[in-house]
Amino acid sequence: MSFELPKLPYAYDALEPHIDARTMEIHHSKHHAGYTNNLNAALTGTDLEGKCIGEVLASVSKHSAAVRNNGGGYYNHDLFWKLMSPNGGGKPTGIFLKALEDNFGSFEQFKDEFSKAAATRFGSGWAWLVKLSDGSLKICSTPNQDNPLMDDAEVKGTPILGLDVWEHAYYLKFQNRRPDYISEFFEVVNWEEAFKRFQD
Amino acid sequence: MKHELPKLPYALDALEPFISERTLEFHYGKHHQAYANNLNNLIEGTSFENADLIDIIMKSDGGIFNNAAQVYNHTFYFMALKPRGGGQPRGKLYDALVYSFGSFDNFKTEFSKAGATLFGSGWVWLVADKKNKLRIIQTSNAGNPLCDDLVPIMTLDVWEHAYYLDTQNARPKYIENFWELINWELIETRFENL
Ligand SMILES: [Fe+2]
Ligand SMILES: [Fe+2]
Repeated sequence: MSFELPKLPYAYDALEPHIDARTMEIHHSKHHAGYTNNLNAALTGTDLEGKCIGEVLASVSKHSAAVRNNGGGYYNHDLFWKLMSPNGGGKPTGIFLKALEDNFGSFEQFKDEFSKAAATRFGSGWAWLVKLSDGSLKICSTPNQDNPLMDDAEVKGTPILGLDVWEHAYYLKFQNRRPDYISEFFEVVNWEEAFKRFQD
Repeated sequence: MKHELPKLPYALDALEPFISERTLEFHYGKHHQAYANNLNNLIEGTSFENADLIDIIMKSDGGIFNNAAQVYNHTFYFMALKPRGGGQPRGKLYDALVYSFGSFDNFKTEFSKAGATLFGSGWVWLVADKKNKLRIIQTSNAGNPLCDDLVPIMTLDVWEHAYYLDTQNARPKYIENFWELINWELIETRFENL
């Protein structure tokens, strides 16, 4: 059994004008596809062959850089697509909103802190909202395709929200203006999906 | 000391069709410029305020290091490009490349591979060690060989911003284009002045 490139849950142009169709198409059909293929190649002949992605990430420190980079790239992008929606944006409600307010002061403060983590990650990487094992919420960022599910992650927990800040995620539309891309991301965040992950 | 960008020795459209004018407008005009601006802001009122760039690179860390090294790295990269460049180096550099890598083509293949396989953002370098032996190394993000006692001779920027407008995910295509733009005379001089 090998991993397959997950289908995008909406059309390439569905997130326009916030995220452009060309970026979505290359990001999904080239970058995400590349991570998927390279992950399968990296797992061939190892004891991780046939394991689910969660197990791969949970023991990533014991395996090759190719498993880490492509396992992370495969998982992170799948999550990222689900965390956006043409009907997204706005803000969450109910106990999820309450949890964000309790942890960060207000929804606006959460947004600012998350945006800052995304804007200041130097080089390629991801910004995350993570649910820790004690139930609290934390914002962090990781380099390259690392994520909070990796056994050697600095901040370990369940990713609730993730934002790709590799330049490939925004360069065609925003070039050097990463902060503009980050604001547009909040216009398409699928808070229902984030809430599902928060509840699990 | 205020750190300023060098003027490029060619027009922004001069590297077409290998590197587009639009890419250079952003890469030199926005990214390189922002690193210099950030550096100048960050060192204000610190012990690095009057230090030269290499001194800062050798002694700083965090944001000051990142911006200082990116100013240096980009200058080193841009200055060694030229319109109608490419071909092969001559003289001592050519001999040293053949000696270290077997042939010029082997060097090119190894350097290109180092560029294509660097994961994330970073740089590929041809460097000389203390004994003037040539090596190819990769550094991630703002990494600079001087910090490891290695002298840079040539470099290739493989941050996605260096090529995404031109070749998108096809980094190898950008690397092929890079070989058409190399100013070997300048790189020969760097090597001969070691
Ligand atoms: Fe990505
Ligand atoms: Fe660059």
